[in-house]
Amino acid sequence: MAGIVGYGAYIPRNRIKVEEIAKVWGADAPSYKKGLMLEEKSVPSPDQDTITMAVEASKNALKRAGLDPKAIGAVYVGSESHPYAVKPSGTVLAEAINATPEVHTADLEFACKAGTEGMFIALSLVQLGAIEYGLAVGADTSQGAPGDPLEYSAAAGAAAFIFGKDKVVAEALQTYSFTTDTPDFWRREYQYYPQHGGRFTGDPAYFKHITGAAEGILAKAGMKPADFNYVIFHQPNGKFPFRVGEMLGFTKKQIEPGWLVSKLGNTYSASSPLGLTATLDISKPGDMILIVSYGSGAGSDAFIFRVTERIDEVKALAPKTRDLLDKNKVYIDYGVYAKYRRKIRKAE
Amino acid sequence: MRDVAVIGIGMTKWGELWEKSLRTIFVETALLAIDDAGVDRLDSMVVGCMSSGLFIGQEHLTSLLSDYLGKNPVPAARVESACSSGGLALRQGFIEVASGISDIVLVGGVEKMTDVTGCEATYALGTAADQEYEGYHGLTFPALYAMMAVAHMHKYGTTREQLAMVAVKNHENGSKNPLAQFPFKISVEAVLQSVLVADPLHILDCSPITDGAAAVILCPADMAKKMKKPVVRITGSGHATDTIALSSRKDMAWLESTHLAGQKALAMAGQKIGDIDLFEVHDCFTIAEIMITEALGLVEQGRGGKAVEEGLTALKGKFPVNPSGGLKAKGHPVGATGVAQAVEVVKQLRGEAGERQVKGAKRGLTQNMGGTGGSSLVHVFEAD
Amino acid sequence: MPNPAKYWREIPQRYRLEAGKCTKCGFIAFPPRLVCPQCGNRKFEKTKLADSGTILTFTIIRVPPHQFEDQAPYAVGIAELDDGVRLTAQIVDCDSGVLKIGMRVRIEFRKIYEEGAAGVIYYGYKFVPE
Repeated sequence: MAGIVGYGAYIPRNRIKVEEIAKVWGADAPSYKKGLMLEEKSVPSPDQDTITMAVEASKNALKRAGLDPKAIGAVYVGSESHPYAVKPSGTVLAEAINATPEVHTADLEFACKAGTEGMFIALSLVQLGAIEYGLAVGADTSQGAPGDPLEYSAAAGAAAFIFGKDKVVAEALQTYSFTTDTPDFWRREYQYYPQHGGRFTGDPAYFKHITGAAEGILAKAGMKPADFNYVIFHQPNGKFPFRVGEMLGFTKKQIEPGWLVSKLGNTYSASSPLGLTATLDISKPGDMILIVSYGSGAGSDAFIFRVTERIDEVKALAPKTRDLLDKNKVYIDYGVYAKYRRKIRKAE
Repeated sequence: MRDVAVIGIGMTKWGELWEKSLRTIFVETALLAIDDAGVDRLDSMVVGCMSSGLFIGQEHLTSLLSDYLGKNPVPAARVESACSSGGLALRQGFIEVASGISDIVLVGGVEKMTDVTGCEATYALGTAADQEYEGYHGLTFPALYAMMAVAHMHKYGTTREQLAMVAVKNHENGSKNPLAQFPFKISVEAVLQSVLVADPLHILDCSPITDGAAAVILCPADMAKKMKKPVVRITGSGHATDTIALSSRKDMAWLESTHLAGQKALAMAGQKIGDIDLFEVHDCFTIAEIMITEALGLVEQGRGGKAVEEGLTALKGKFPVNPSGGLKAKGHPVGATGVAQAVEVVKQLRGEAGERQVKGAKRGLTQNMGGTGGSSLVHVFEAD
Repeated sequence: MPNPAKYWREIPQRYRLEAGKCTKCGFIAFPPRLVCPQCGNRKFEKTKLADSGTILTFTIIRVPPHQFEDQAPYAVGIAELDDGVRLTAQIVDCDSGVLKIGMRVRIEFRKIYEEGAAGVIYYGYKFVPE
């Protein structure tokens, strides 16, 4: 059966606290922290972008997969912050991991679910037998408009998954996608920052699609929430995953291992994928994992994985997600943050 | 091989020469040397210039400078070896006369560095390093020499103060040189308090950006004697290359190309280093002078810092180094430096160095270096 | 004027640290060469540099070249990798107290610089503390 053969994460070490951002915009930090269940978020260094993080996450995935990169037949990078508007991130990644030239590559975008989109395609090609192994990465260095609520959560990170049929650490039992045209959050070409519909991003967007995908996959698989050890939802803030989990009948305990957002922020295309890597890091053979992503625009991809015996052989072969999140952090202030994120207007 | 003499020298004031173009600076200087030599013809010209292309968008100096000197159709060559372009020009001129190919040769060096911004000048100078594997990663020349300093300090205990003392000594000498860019004294405190460029090097550890030229006229020693000129001969010439990248050197705290070039020059001259009375060396950065004194064998490897601290290399010391003020105080118009070193040595050996005269100087040595030591040229001079 | 060819040519070295190993004396040339500087042999086999090493020397650049203006101050260093090859690169993610001769580093893929807002983005290797 096809599934995940290797997985890897990458999180930059810079962090900025909610208080730092609130201070500058005259906002009430405690209410943001409470309302969003958010404490701090990751910030990429100026020499990091979606591509550099995708490369490092993929190298970590390769360490766990233990295979010759030339055997990878497809490379997909999902992001809403690809460094080029025209010129793929995927080709740089494919070269960097030595998968070229016999490889199919595509860049994907679908707000925060571009990562799981790549996973869906890579897995499907493997299941079909069209390729032996496929790499899918969700990576983002998301931008939040200065002073906008999204500035507190827009963060940076990458998660990579290699799919294959042998040496599987988590079998892919089921997939399901739920999609509608719902303009809850968007960015027009040539605009620097996105716009969003405020409270419209809640019920008609995030909750409708996640519940749609979750209920859809459970029905298709003939399973119920109690059958799962862990569930990972897309994490735009700390509250939404628990709320949707409650709506669907999942417990806090099932959600917590993959719930990174309070210390990480929303890594957009890497959000639920990093929740998955963190969950795999602590999983045991036989565990059932459900992951449901969400991308504005809108849609959700759901996957059911069953962890295999091989998980214990690979966990320690690359950095653990929680270690990347908690260790080696360095805090920056808003000035440095604005410089790093190019929010300061410079001379031409 | 014929004996080669220097019969004319020329140098004008160095600095930021806003009003003068490269061709003007060169021609003024060359005319001084030609008049000093009292010659009316040239058989050949060799010009050292590192990067007129990047600095002023002008190549083909062979044609331009021979034209503006009024000497067409004289054969002219332009040589480049980064900061040792001048020393290389001197060697090529020496070879032409020694071999009998030419009798009267003008050797000049020139660089016009201030028509571009400081950033662009830094970029142009950076082309002396490995573009793809040093420059690409954001390395600058101060950074490369800073890494050599760190390695030297770690290996031998050379101190920050000893580096500063090199700059202080050279400014002490330069304050006596009316043609120097910075003819004033500085203190160790001033060096250590000046802004950091690349740790541990401060701005006052670094030679400046300068416009300037220098020129000498070479001819067979027999011809010089017949012309009744004071004869200063070039008795030795040595040249060696090393890896382009600092990381490829066997010992990053040692200048092997200077060591080899020095040995070759001294062997040709039939001299030992202890026989030499004064030295004009390539102090592009203070650490460079310390490492050069070791590579030439003036002091034991690792003792270069101690030597300057003990005053061995002061004007009145056992081995006067850089009586002209060196690159630090005199200035460093890149392609001109190697020739200017020869101008100073000849002046000293003629007894014409005024306040900075090394008493009884009979033999002098010039050492000119490119990049982080990727090329070195050493010449030995002797007064008859 | 954009000049992507010069950068593209070195991609195997910049992205994958591909080197050449002399078939006669084992000298590892990075970047690959046509002639072994150690023994003069002209045949090499493809190899890749080691992923980690030890810092031999370093400095902190405070006056940067034009393309690196916004990055200053930044640390650069020469490391001896575990296969004996010496490599020059920036040292990043390194707190000031940690930077010293003898520290262990590993190689990470990072952005080197961009040619303005519209030009090519240049990638390559940097050192991070191990």
